[in-house]
Amino acid sequence: MTTLKGTPFHPRTHTLCLSHEWQRWFGYLTAASYELHHEWEYHAIRGAAALIDISPLRKYRIRGPDAGKFFNRLITRDVSRLSPGRVLYTPWCDGAGKLIDDGTLQCLGPNDFRLTAADHNLNWLLENAFGMDVEVQDESNRLSALAIQGPASRAVLAQVVDDPGRLETLTYFSLGIFRIAGSEVLITRTGFTGDLGYEIWLEPPDALPVWDALVEAGEQYRLTPAGMHALGLARIEAGLILIDVDYISAHQALNETQKSSPYEIGLGWTVHLEKGNFNGRSALLAERSAPPKWRFVGLEVDWPSLEALYREAGLSPQMSPLARRKSLPLFDRNRQVGYATSSCYSPILKKYIAMGTVEAQHSRVGTGLQIETTVEHRRLQVPCRVVRTPFFDPPRKRDG
Amino acid sequence: MTENYDAIIIGAGHNGLTTAAYLARAGLRVLVLERRHLVGGATVTEEIYPGFRYTVCSYVVSLLLPEVIRELELARHGLEIVPEECLLTPLPDGDRLVLWHDPDATHGEIARHSVRDAEAYRQFGHLMYHMGLAVRPIMSLAPPDPTSLSPKELGGLLKLGGHLAGLGSEQFHSLVKLMTMSVTDFLHEWFESEALIAALSAAGIIGTFMGPRSPGSAYVLLHHYIGDVDGVSQAWGFPKGGTGSVAQAIAAAATEAGAEIRVNAPVEKVLVKNGRATGVALENGEEIGSRLVASGADPKRTFLKLLDPEHLPGDFVSDIRKFNMRGSSGKVNFALSGLPDFTCLPGPGPHLRGSTSIGPSVDYLERAYDDAKYGQFSRKPWVGLVLPTMFDPTMAPPGMHVGSAFVQYAPYDLAGGWTDAQREAFGDAVVDTISAYAPNFKDLILHRQVLTPWDMEQTIGLTEGNIFHGELSLHQLFFLRPSRSWANYRTPVRNFYQCGSGAHPGGGITGAPGRLAALEILKDLRR
Repeated sequence: MTTLKGTPFHPRTHTLCLSHEWQRWFGYLTAASYELHHEWEYHAIRGAAALIDISPLRKYRIRGPDAGKFFNRLITRDVSRLSPGRVLYTPWCDGAGKLIDDGTLQCLGPNDFRLTAADHNLNWLLENAFGMDVEVQDESNRLSALAIQGPASRAVLAQVVDDPGRLETLTYFSLGIFRIAGSEVLITRTGFTGDLGYEIWLEPPDALPVWDALVEAGEQYRLTPAGMHALGLARIEAGLILIDVDYISAHQALNETQKSSPYEIGLGWTVHLEKGNFNGRSALLAERSAPPKWRFVGLEVDWPSLEALYREAGLSPQMSPLARRKSLPLFDRNRQVGYATSSCYSPILKKYIAMGTVEAQHSRVGTGLQIETTVEHRRLQVPCRVVRTPFFDPPRKRDG
Repeated sequence: MTENYDAIIIGAGHNGLTTAAYLARAGLRVLVLERRHLVGGATVTEEIYPGFRYTVCSYVVSLLLPEVIRELELARHGLEIVPEECLLTPLPDGDRLVLWHDPDATHGEIARHSVRDAEAYRQFGHLMYHMGLAVRPIMSLAPPDPTSLSPKELGGLLKLGGHLAGLGSEQFHSLVKLMTMSVTDFLHEWFESEALIAALSAAGIIGTFMGPRSPGSAYVLLHHYIGDVDGVSQAWGFPKGGTGSVAQAIAAAATEAGAEIRVNAPVEKVLVKNGRATGVALENGEEIGSRLVASGADPKRTFLKLLDPEHLPGDFVSDIRKFNMRGSSGKVNFALSGLPDFTCLPGPGPHLRGSTSIGPSVDYLERAYDDAKYGQFSRKPWVGLVLPTMFDPTMAPPGMHVGSAFVQYAPYDLAGGWTDAQREAFGDAVVDTISAYAPNFKDLILHRQVLTPWDMEQTIGLTEGNIFHGELSLHQLFFLRPSRSWANYRTPVRNFYQCGSGAHPGGGITGAPGRLAALEILKDLRR
């Protein structure tokens, strides 16, 4: 029987995982929370520094003379604007302009790239590499990854890297090669929390020495390992979409309505129609002239109204401390006009926030809608309004 | 002779019983006549060796219509299906490929052979899910006549056309490919790993006289995916007590609704007067009258043996004579003193809670077919091995096991005929084939029962031993099954109906032909 694998950090994470709450991530075990409650881990992301094992993430190395051409065909953004040492966030689409996945593209050198992806993509990459002079390598299991996120992440990292000065000047969405505990690692200033943070890409044998060095240096900064529950809250606050939750990959959708175009999921800004041909361009071009029916928006629930509903039941509002990944219907005066795919109570904003898909005419910032809520087994509606995302966007994320 | 019954059903196979149950529930006085001493037909469990109950012919279910389970309340009548957890394909180099019920486990396992295939397999699952959705409604639709302009037939065609038009273009094209390609060519469009292609190709040859490279075999693969609407892995299951308990549950539903079932009552002829069926004559000379008669036997037995040809149009008889039966499968059942120990996965484990497919490469399967093409049984056959006691330990004494080996190919028309010596040589080939991957297998055998297509014809009454009552090739499906103009369960003889697997949608434990026949009969009776 195939068993679930531990990541290269597992010898450390499994002794720390007091909750014994594990989730599956591409056949790997990943901690949902380390402590019995994820609260402390969440606050480490926002107030100190958190270590998050993201090794199961999919990673593909693409090298060769046609690498630039390859990516310009694959992704919606313009790769010619990406220079060595920089990273960009991008989605990619099928021929019909429907979203397959989203991730980051690291430019490691001339004609040398690494694509990180939320889902398996090797097959799609190889299909697109046909006839091009590129080498596609699946590095997913050969490269581990550790995120260090939070306002103290830079200070902690500076304690352990060989060149702290260069780390200090590493700008948002840049990368650099450093040494930690004698091992060479790649550090990118990226993350899934919307905070100051870095992601460290390293060889599996270096995993434990790097982990230990960070934990030791991080002690005085209140560095804490954090699991998926804490990350789940932070990414909603950051307004970042998640595959299988906020959208379904065109390769996995069971019908046409499950698919989304970048315009429908709030990624219109990543579509560079003028760069030349790419997968889905003609469909996206047509969509730009005839705007899509759906838009992806941020929502803020009116807390006093929620409070009033609970008060009628003799209670104060009871919100789950976890992010919700199941859809909640959105209404405009009793007519359903959309659905919220991600929602949570944001501990730092002290607000009930949500992201979801609504009919375009209801997507303008400030539009009032109602979201479904269940109070004491009764389904009710609470007013909410469309707001800008990210919900939480501290200057430190991109400063310095 | 008096007309005692509203309906007589010939044969207590699971489809005949299904028709009986539906008709009885509609208030008809129903009599089921079975030649053997027990009900079930090819859906039987029998204690062939003391203490060991064999699933003699059919051995798993995947396509039993949810409508039949629900409408006949089969769960209340004792049907309990335990899901199979995996499909294990041992490979000659000591490796293996296991397709698990769990998607992560399957991904990891396929990725050992090809990372690309592991990814593609998920998308392939989605495609087959769609194909299943596309074809599934056809399972519950009496075939319309595409050449007729009558409003009733056009209505059926429009319904079908509307359904197919609802498919996306990608899905429609895939459906066309599945209808025309060989299973191996079709799979090659998706995968590169030989082990995976072989494991899935095996589903394209079951019960047919085709090799994995024969055009049309892709449809058989689809036929096996229809029951699998969750799209993750083939949702096969093993009924507790063996497949015989499916028949038992349906029989219980029929009896509860008032149907009468007589075993040891072989029917000799269908009685016809003025072009209408009036009843049946048993082999013992007894005649029983009925307003209508339905036959669950295969088309050749139904129209060429149970009816005198004088009652049928010559061109219809000619069609039925041309209907391809050509049984190609054998079955070997074992009483085992313990569990087989596979070299690729030693010891007991969850890999034994599923099917094992001995057919490690497409060449292996095609060579097995080559033997059959020229009138030999396969020297190295494809074997689908299931251990029923892993699902229901009560089928053998404690600690002991039952083995069920479904085998391709064993041609009905064996050169020189099926003698006892040939039958045993075939059984030996199967034992050797399994032992090559589970070396202790030979030593575990306490008893074996070898069934060739010839034996299936003799004991169960399947003409030429075809397990599907006629091959599932495109020219024998839907409005051509078993004959043009008579694919809607009716026959050229009034009040005489077909309700077995020789009618749409064909073989397998589905209950679908039995149910559709009953619904058509009730339409004719305006019930």
